[in-house]
Amino acid sequence: MNNLVILPLIIPLITGIILMFLKDHVRLQKTVSVISFLITIGLSAALVQTVYKKGIQMHELGDWPAPFGIVLVADLFSSLLVFTASIVSFCCVLFAFRSIGKEREKFFFYAFVQFLVTGVIGAFLTGDIFNLFVFFEVMLMSSYVLIVLGGTKIQLRESIKYILVNIISSALFVIAVGYLYSVTGTLNMADLSVRISEVNQPGILTVIAILFLIVFGLKGAIFPLYFWLPGSYEAPPASVTALFGALLTKVGVYSIFRTFTLLFYHDQSFTHTIIGYMALLTIIIGAVGAIAYWDIKKILIYNIIIAVGVILYGVTLATPEGLTGAIYYLLHDMVIKGALFLLAGAMIVITGTSKIKEMGGLIKRHPLLGWMFFLAVIALAGIPPLSGFVGKLLLLQSGLETENYTFVAVLLISSLLVLYSVMKIFINCFWREPRLSAEQEKGSTKGLLYPPFMLLILSIFMGVGAEWIYPYVAEAAQTLSDPSIYIHSVLKE
Amino acid sequence: MEIVMSIVAGILFMAATYLMLSRSLLRIIIGTGLLSHGAHLLLLTMGGLKRGAAPLLGEKASSYTDALPQALILTAIVISFGVTSFLLVLAYRAYQELGTDDMDKLRGNENHE
Repeated sequence: MNNLVILPLIIPLITGIILMFLKDHVRLQKTVSVISFLITIGLSAALVQTVYKKGIQMHELGDWPAPFGIVLVADLFSSLLVFTASIVSFCCVLFAFRSIGKEREKFFFYAFVQFLVTGVIGAFLTGDIFNLFVFFEVMLMSSYVLIVLGGTKIQLRESIKYILVNIISSALFVIAVGYLYSVTGTLNMADLSVRISEVNQPGILTVIAILFLIVFGLKGAIFPLYFWLPGSYEAPPASVTALFGALLTKVGVYSIFRTFTLLFYHDQSFTHTIIGYMALLTIIIGAVGAIAYWDIKKILIYNIIIAVGVILYGVTLATPEGLTGAIYYLLHDMVIKGALFLLAGAMIVITGTSKIKEMGGLIKRHPLLGWMFFLAVIALAGIPPLSGFVGKLLLLQSGLETENYTFVAVLLISSLLVLYSVMKIFINCFWREPRLSAEQEKGSTKGLLYPPFMLLILSIFMGVGAEWIYPYVAEAAQTLSDPSIYIHSVLKE
Repeated sequence: MEIVMSIVAGILFMAATYLMLSRSLLRIIIGTGLLSHGAHLLLLTMGGLKRGAAPLLGEKASSYTDALPQALILTAIVISFGVTSFLLVLAYRAYQELGTDDMDKLRGNENHE
């Protein structure tokens, strides 16, 4: 019983409710948002430290014991994700202060961001599979509103498709939970894990596992289920895309990690092989898209898909090092995707377009933006002093140890293609002859560069200070690779 | 009884899939309605349809029906109700702005906003 677990979840919720009453007071809305995010970040940092020192923390809602009530469980994996998610969303909101515009601010923009964060953090912390569904819906409904808020034609068109795909995947989630309940008779994840290992995962449970893979794959955009993502993420403003790109797909990936390390790990030769191939194809499809387009947003969106594939393969490596690498890469990717989308947003503010061929020579008047973009680019590709390197190195190492040479080859080649695709943006937009004179620029970057700067500092710290972060991530991977630790601390047997 | 209910849910899923693959947006929304009906019926069926009293302790019966799936369905119903009303309003707005409910004509490219 520990109230610290529920606080990072309840503070954004209460803030969202308060913000709904402050419709016309934009300044007050901003102040309240900042204060609430600072509190959330502080509390989630405290949560990480507590879990690291004292082991898995949990909160039984309403004092009902574990299999009967809903529990919130914070192991190191979920609390690290909560911490990173709150930092990234804080930076996205800071970016929105300058870029989102009065029209959207007056129509509950900040309130919906808070509800989105509530859904994401809730999905990370919950220990109950139906409660996971509910938090998914909290997150998705806020994302529906954020994607359409403003009501331009492209937003209306893309949001219809986005909502349809998510309604179908939510119905599949309900169906999968129904099947799982009829086989096992419980909804608590730890209890489910115990019961599944008692019957040693017969065929029907493997079918349900694949159904869950389809559901979470639709949320997380893995290969044949990624088709909705490129269009939908292009429609909303930059700060919303950054929020989505950094958080939403990662919740799907987190759920796959949770279900396939805690619940369905008995028939690995079947399920994990399928996940492995899907992950490889996801990387390939993402790489094809990333090099094909001459549009900043499209290139970065396909880079999300590549990263999802890379992280997902970590589940199939099933060694503590492989999981460590995947978690490290997951944390790094949330930070760096946030930074990249915000920097791209700043470039679009300056030039008024997202087409690479209509930009050029931005570095003349915006050197800071240019070099920050360069840093973000090499961090994304995994150049040694920066954060992308450690995760990829660990993944490569365990790929070689478990003799998954295809994965190693695909990962290395994809890193090259990622570097090419984002370097293409850098060379064509920042070098060459300037296209726009100072008067022709559509907007200024005043105040827009602090949030991505904070994320970049974090990214550099994650690379240079890997020695401080590694023990946390390794501990998180340890808990993931041994489900009994999770089960014992939830069910207290 | 579970067999009959499973077949009915299957027919609902079939109709929903057919409707969601059509061109008119309104038919697609009707399809999502049928899909959620199917999912909720399936949840009820999977919880077991054994005979028992309604889950009210005042009934003083020897056995009750399982209360958990009913709570799950109630939650899922209000969620899908919220999402459906949002989608209906969005479809109305999109019809006003874009002037079509044909999904094929909604497929845009970057050139015309």
